[in-house]
Amino acid sequence: MTEMLRVSMSTQHVDVARGTSDRSARQGASVELVDLHRNFGATRALDGMSLVIEPGELVSLLGPSGCGKTTALRVLAGFDVPDSGKVLVDGKDIGHVPAQGRDMGMVFQSYSLFPNMDARDNVAFGLRMRGMRKCGRRERAAELLDMVGLTKEARKYPHQLSGGQQQRVALARALAIEPRVLLLDEPLSALDAKVRVQLREQVRALQTRLQTTTVFVTHDQEEALSISDRVCVMRSGRIEQVDVPSLLYARPATPFVAEFVGTMNRIPARSTSSGVVVLGREVPVRGNVRVALGSRVDVLVRPEELTISAVGAGAGVVMGKTFFGAVTRLTVLLDGEIMVQVDENTADAASILPGSAVELRVGAPEVMVADPKGDAA
Amino acid sequence: MVVPVAAADTGLLRGGHPSAGGRSARRSWRDIRAWRGIVLGLTGVFFLLPLYAALRFALENNLGHLTLAAFSAIPHTTGFMPAFLLSVRLAAVTMAITMALMVPTTIYVHVKHPKLRVAFDAITFLPVGVPPIVLVIGVLQSAPFVLKSTPYLLSLEYVILAMPFAYRSLDAGLGAIDPKTLVEASRSLGGGWLSTLWRVIAPNLRSAFLSAMILTLALVFGEFTMASIDLYTTLPVWVVSTDSITAHVSMAVSFLSLALTWVLLLALSSVDRRRFRRRVIIVEGT
Repeated sequence: MTEMLRVSMSTQHVDVARGTSDRSARQGASVELVDLHRNFGATRALDGMSLVIEPGELVSLLGPSGCGKTTALRVLAGFDVPDSGKVLVDGKDIGHVPAQGRDMGMVFQSYSLFPNMDARDNVAFGLRMRGMRKCGRRERAAELLDMVGLTKEARKYPHQLSGGQQQRVALARALAIEPRVLLLDEPLSALDAKVRVQLREQVRALQTRLQTTTVFVTHDQEEALSISDRVCVMRSGRIEQVDVPSLLYARPATPFVAEFVGTMNRIPARSTSSGVVVLGREVPVRGNVRVALGSRVDVLVRPEELTISAVGAGAGVVMGKTFFGAVTRLTVLLDGEIMVQVDENTADAASILPGSAVELRVGAPEVMVADPKGDAA
Repeated sequence: MVVPVAAADTGLLRGGHPSAGGRSARRSWRDIRAWRGIVLGLTGVFFLLPLYAALRFALENNLGHLTLAAFSAIPHTTGFMPAFLLSVRLAAVTMAITMALMVPTTIYVHVKHPKLRVAFDAITFLPVGVPPIVLVIGVLQSAPFVLKSTPYLLSLEYVILAMPFAYRSLDAGLGAIDPKTLVEASRSLGGGWLSTLWRVIAPNLRSAFLSAMILTLALVFGEFTMASIDLYTTLPVWVVSTDSITAHVSMAVSFLSLALTWVLLLALSSVDRRRFRRRVIIVEGT
């Protein structure tokens, strides 16, 4: 079913406590996670996680399954208690505040609408819990449903709505209470690809408009990079890097981030006194990496940082081509054992046919030495 | 285009002769349906034949004529009303205690300790394997003194007996709604535990509540051994004791009791089925 998404251009904002419109409504709160530790038996879900989120910012927690991102969100929401560490909202420690008192809206991965209530009553539920009068909360619910483009579905029950519609109702419900912080726990992962892209854009548009501090948990890097102000990459309960999406891609702090975010090739190289020799060229190494002189290492190179040329005696053989519009991705078997991806201008790639011998060169000014364990996601 | 001879043996071309395969598939489907019919028929006979015999016996007088005399005599038969009212009271108390104990427990297990569901499943099944006399003595030893001389002692015993049925009904109801996420969603919106239970969880467990209560009711109206051991004349005890005096009336009561439970269960399942069908139709039409 085609999802018709629409973001209302209305800028009206409603003060929940008074049930009245207020254009200068409050903005998001600052959030600070300080040295959080949480163990489940022998598993360290959070291992000294610290993160500062500015008011109105959208930060994504990105990482593979089991990295601790959902645990961090649950600790922030008050559904889980850390073994040690603090959660500060606007500078105040909220560790002792139960979930229902934290004033945080949450959208869950599984459609969490109350099956016994229609869309309007679902959206109005939080307002009812805050003691708002019936007419006020109905008006507010109608506004929110209009904002997510579901005015006509107001009287439908969750089982009468599609997955995308249910998540939009859940989003409206979370926003209805004007939360200090909006928590999104993989809200798009159960949706099909097209609806997912549309809904994430809608989430971002609403968040930008309302300036609600938002924490978005996802394992989908494309999702995280496309809508976040900053992305926090996690691994084994620790933060590997927190940065804006472009820097996360261009200047990964660790080999794990480099391999987890975007496509990355591992290419064998030999260390020298001034860097590494890779694909016949000496390239400086990024960061302080201690490698024994002359030892064999793997370096990380993105597909667009490689150049390709058809050479009869080249060490690589083109195994396949994938058309991506302006760019074509070539899969090259290097030295008969390593598969490498190379992005080439489609016009230039046209002359390189599958099966032809090619030579690769590293075009990057510097490279990163891969983690020898190679356990990136 | 010439099709190579070898290709005639491919799956693609084999698929071009659906009649033989289709006929055999249709025949095996007919066989399955026939067997299903036979099994269902035999089960039906096994279940309905005693009911028919009971009804026939209740409707026949000593001369073999059909009459409703046994049914109309039920309220006036000595001891019926006290026994019936005692069973009604016991059923009400048993249902109240069962629901008060099992609803919060089952919800708590689902929301807070879902891994304990397996253990609870086993624990709640224990009463089925424990002889009634052991349960009676156990309850007698541990019940409060004020209850020991009242028939409500039986309610405590019935609560234990009803536990497997009540737990399973509630467990199935909760399994269908993901209570953990609903509770968390409600709490994130400011809902306290009580309002979450009352406004979010309970309305979605209506069928499970009903089913647990009907099964408990059926148990109370059918349990003989414990009441007999405890020397209380509940409806089943009265039916057995009256059997030697007015067998037709006794049989009429047994039949009505069984039929009532059956009708209640059928009504419950048909309501559930109708709701499910309505949902399917609506979702398909969306």
